[in-house]
Amino acid sequence: MTRYLIRRLLLTIPVILGVATLVFALIHLVPGDPAQAMLGETAPQADVLKLRHALGLDQPLLTQYRTFMTGLLRGDLGTSFRYNVPVTTQIREKLPNTATLALAAMCFAILFAIPLGILAAVFRGTLVDHAAMTLALVGISMPNFWLGPLLAIVFAVRLGWLPVSGTGGLSHLILPAVTLGAALSAILARMTRASLLEELRELYVLAARARGLSGMRAVVKHAFRNSLIPIVTIIGLQFGAVLTGTIITETIFAWPGLGRLLIQAISFRDYPLVQGCILFISITYVAMNLLTDLTYGFLDPRIRFD
Amino acid sequence: MIRTGTLIVVFAIVAALAGPFLWPDDPSAQELARRLEAPSLAHPLGLDELGRDILARLLQGARVSLLVGIAVVSVSSTVGMLFGSVAGYFGGRIDDVISRVIDILMAFPGILLAIALVAVLGPSLVNVVIALSIIGWVGYARLVRGQALRAREFEFVQAARASGASAARIVVRHVLPTAIPAVVVQATLGMAGAIIAEAALSFLGLGVQPPTPSWGTMLDAGRAHLFDAPHLTIFPGLAIAMLVLGFNFLGDGLRDRVDPKMVR
Repeated sequence: MTRYLIRRLLLTIPVILGVATLVFALIHLVPGDPAQAMLGETAPQADVLKLRHALGLDQPLLTQYRTFMTGLLRGDLGTSFRYNVPVTTQIREKLPNTATLALAAMCFAILFAIPLGILAAVFRGTLVDHAAMTLALVGISMPNFWLGPLLAIVFAVRLGWLPVSGTGGLSHLILPAVTLGAALSAILARMTRASLLEELRELYVLAARARGLSGMRAVVKHAFRNSLIPIVTIIGLQFGAVLTGTIITETIFAWPGLGRLLIQAISFRDYPLVQGCILFISITYVAMNLLTDLTYGFLDPRIRFD
Repeated sequence: MIRTGTLIVVFAIVAALAGPFLWPDDPSAQELARRLEAPSLAHPLGLDELGRDILARLLQGARVSLLVGIAVVSVSSTVGMLFGSVAGYFGGRIDDVISRVIDILMAFPGILLAIALVAVLGPSLVNVVIALSIIGWVGYARLVRGQALRAREFEFVQAARASGASAARIVVRHVLPTAIPAVVVQATLGMAGAIIAEAALSFLGLGVQPPTPSWGTMLDAGRAHLFDAPHLTIFPGLAIAMLVLGFNFLGDGLRDRVDPKMVR
């Protein structure tokens, strides 16, 4: 297990280096001069030169790369061009809002999808199963940038039960969390059903039933426990989708998190902030995938790196 | 499942191709005095914020969605099959390099990389296709690499090698065909992914630019009118969801056919 752990950790290093290099390269993909693009076509040449110097764009590429990487190691992601504050300060300010939203969405997805998946598996082939799986398919096909406004029309505009946007109490969190968690809950419900059906076919479930356990008790006490491994994996792997989903959800509901910060940075052509946000989200994503893999290894001792 | 999916997809293709003949209203014609008008007989899906016919714009938008889907799937599947088969068939150093690139790109959340690329390249239809293809080819490459790894051990591949066939011929004539069914399934599901990603980028203002009608841009415009004109939001979203559902049905159905073990 320790060998697996060390090798998996070591393998993550080149991936993070690759991700960082790709993000570094982004600013150099800007057609023409990035400094000119940030200031606008009509900006005086002196200002453009000043910004080029401030961003280090007048240095040789290798020097820029070295500065970027050493800064990254020290946790320095540069300075926002628009707000003139360190990118890390901006990220630190918005991170709690994004984390709250992502966690709420995952809680909603788990609480809604797992019972749905269990019901579908237990009542396989019946109306309950078909209804649950149709709901799941609709959830997967429904883009969150449509679901969000639809929920807002029904629950905020028509019924007036919940606020349309912004932050505040729990009521502000409900619509964004449901919007963000819907796709995950659809995937989870399908996964729970499939995984549970697999287990229900096993002999130990039949033996439990033969010993007199009721159907539901056999499912909950025996089969469901064993079907948890793929479910936990999916939850971990889907965290990335939830994290990127916040970009759209935060834009819809004017939720002041990292995703909205990124979109605003793009519209202001604040490239250091764009780079910082993308790098931060990507590294979090890589870290979550690593954590999922390690958890998977612990949960199922048969999993080995080779 | 396949039948429902095919029906939806064929309907969308016919609507996109024959749109102007089926519904001759000009998608760009503005009637500012009647802006945000609710659905009526003359305009079954209503008018948008500039008084343009939503049905005509939806039909035009279907072309954009399908075009982006086809372009992204064609480019990414071709590039993915090329790199995947080369990596899987030749193995060694080439495989190492290609696999590491795949690992790095897979480590990125797909849509985030697309957002980043479009943010720096500038918002346009072509840049959306480029960005989505850059993230899209990896899935195909990984799939085909796995298949090529298995296929090179098949007897008919070894026989071709023994009879002196060139590596390129073996890959194209013998290895790649074994991966085609899986690639077709992936491409069908990839159409759904590309359509949704294009709409998402356009919704964020990073994709197709006005006045070209795109379902994502139409949805974005609807956000400002949730209170007074919800039809601006309902219909474009419904169109996206139906088309994506159609491709998902088709892809799932095809996968069940290709791999009967997947049927639950």
